[in-house]
Amino acid sequence: MSSVFIDVRDLVQRIGTQEILRGFSIPVIKGETLVLLGKSGGGKSVFLRHLIGLMKPISGQILVEGIDITHFNERQLEPIRRKIGMVFQDGALFDSMSVFENVAFPLRERGERNEALIAEKVHETLELVNMTGHEKKMPVNLSGGMRKRVALARAIVSPPEVILYDEPTAGLDPIVSDSINRLIRRMQRQLHATSIVVTHDMVSCYHIADRVALLNEGKVYFYGTVEDLKRTTDPIIRDFVDGRSDEAE
Amino acid sequence: MNPALAIGAALTGFCSYLGQVTELAAETFGSIFAGRVRVGLTLRQISHIGFGSQMVVIVTGAFTGAVFTAQTFFQFARLNMESAVGPVISVAMCRELGPVLTGLMVAGRVGAAMSAELGTMKVTQQIDALRALAVHPVDYLVVPRALAMIISVPLLVGECIFFGIASGYLVATKVLGVGSAYYMMNMYKFTEAQDIFMGVIKGFVFAVIIVFISCREGLYTRDGAVGVGRATTEAVVIGSLAVLIANFFMTMLLNIFFPAGVNG
Repeated sequence: MSSVFIDVRDLVQRIGTQEILRGFSIPVIKGETLVLLGKSGGGKSVFLRHLIGLMKPISGQILVEGIDITHFNERQLEPIRRKIGMVFQDGALFDSMSVFENVAFPLRERGERNEALIAEKVHETLELVNMTGHEKKMPVNLSGGMRKRVALARAIVSPPEVILYDEPTAGLDPIVSDSINRLIRRMQRQLHATSIVVTHDMVSCYHIADRVALLNEGKVYFYGTVEDLKRTTDPIIRDFVDGRSDEAE
Repeated sequence: MNPALAIGAALTGFCSYLGQVTELAAETFGSIFAGRVRVGLTLRQISHIGFGSQMVVIVTGAFTGAVFTAQTFFQFARLNMESAVGPVISVAMCRELGPVLTGLMVAGRVGAAMSAELGTMKVTQQIDALRALAVHPVDYLVVPRALAMIISVPLLVGECIFFGIASGYLVATKVLGVGSAYYMMNMYKFTEAQDIFMGVIKGFVFAVIIVFISCREGLYTRDGAVGVGRATTEAVVIGSLAVLIANFFMTMLLNIFFPAGVNG
């Protein structure tokens, strides 16, 4: 029986004078990978930031395992954030720390003091994301794809129940994108994690999604399976899926 | 724009800024008293702030003491009061020059670095990453810096005072020919422990002012690289001005508790 892990209800958010989210509602089913599609600047990343309390909505509710976290303060959010790992668009690695230190960071912050155990877990996780041998490198010396892999390693080293991915394949070549997609799939299989992936990469979507949502004008315009998405004849969805703009040549 | 509206907006902005700095300070002291202190990070910051600022503070204190001694001597010599140079230098260094020079140097060197570092972390989402990893940015970034400043700056003030007085002594006795015994005797006679105490208290207050202004600037940075530059400049300018303004009010207040020249 599938259960809702995160339930977002009627989320409204405004940045400046622009209304980014206009009553955005979506259920996230436990153990599934939800891919959120939408135009650039359409509010997909803004939505992700709400899920871990990095932004507060003007109105609406966010429930995690039935607990309303919408108005939690930073301290109250800490136990919720421990259940959720986030991979930021540019990695957001700590640039004063090496790859090893970045991945070890969550373990140390959660009280692990056994250096041998920390080293073992870091090496295991880096192996999982194919980054073995790069432990001593600084983030500034990594390519975009490597940074995303390290960010993923940091997010999963202390296994989360939910992993949020913000544009995991943006700016990467097709081969690196494919390896990231396989990695996301592998995370779901091995960690049984619930995943929310924000992207506008359709190849990635078809590869990883259990369920797809399309964000249009601040609301969920489509919610269904990949098969439902492929079958739809709705012109707005088809334009997005087939990559067609309505501009004349 | 209507002048009344402009004044109102400026006042609102000032009050909001003060509120943000005060809120940050309250949250930081709350974390310190709750024991959320990372000893390793604090020691690293003490090394960076305290140890790393020594050279600039020593050079500033020594050369200000030397030039102040020379100017005081040139004026006092016309009144045949050369031996009074010692107490003037020592009391001025302890009560005013030591803490203010240290405060300005630390605001420039450490305040700028703090706001630039935190500002860069802010615009590259590293602070969001901290929060996403369930680490409170105040606990991880501000508490170690605040503790390091509170420990280091009063010690740096002491160092600045010592080198200012020592260089003044050397200039007065070795270069300008003031009798060493008279110089020392008068300096001891008119310098009190409370003068040093006043300097150290000022150092503590300046540390608090600089660290919270600099961290506030860093944590509220936006607009990318331009924003980091703006935050760094504002941290130094606002920090330095706040030190000079606070110094005046502290002098007036502390003079009630530690009146100058009571033995004179």
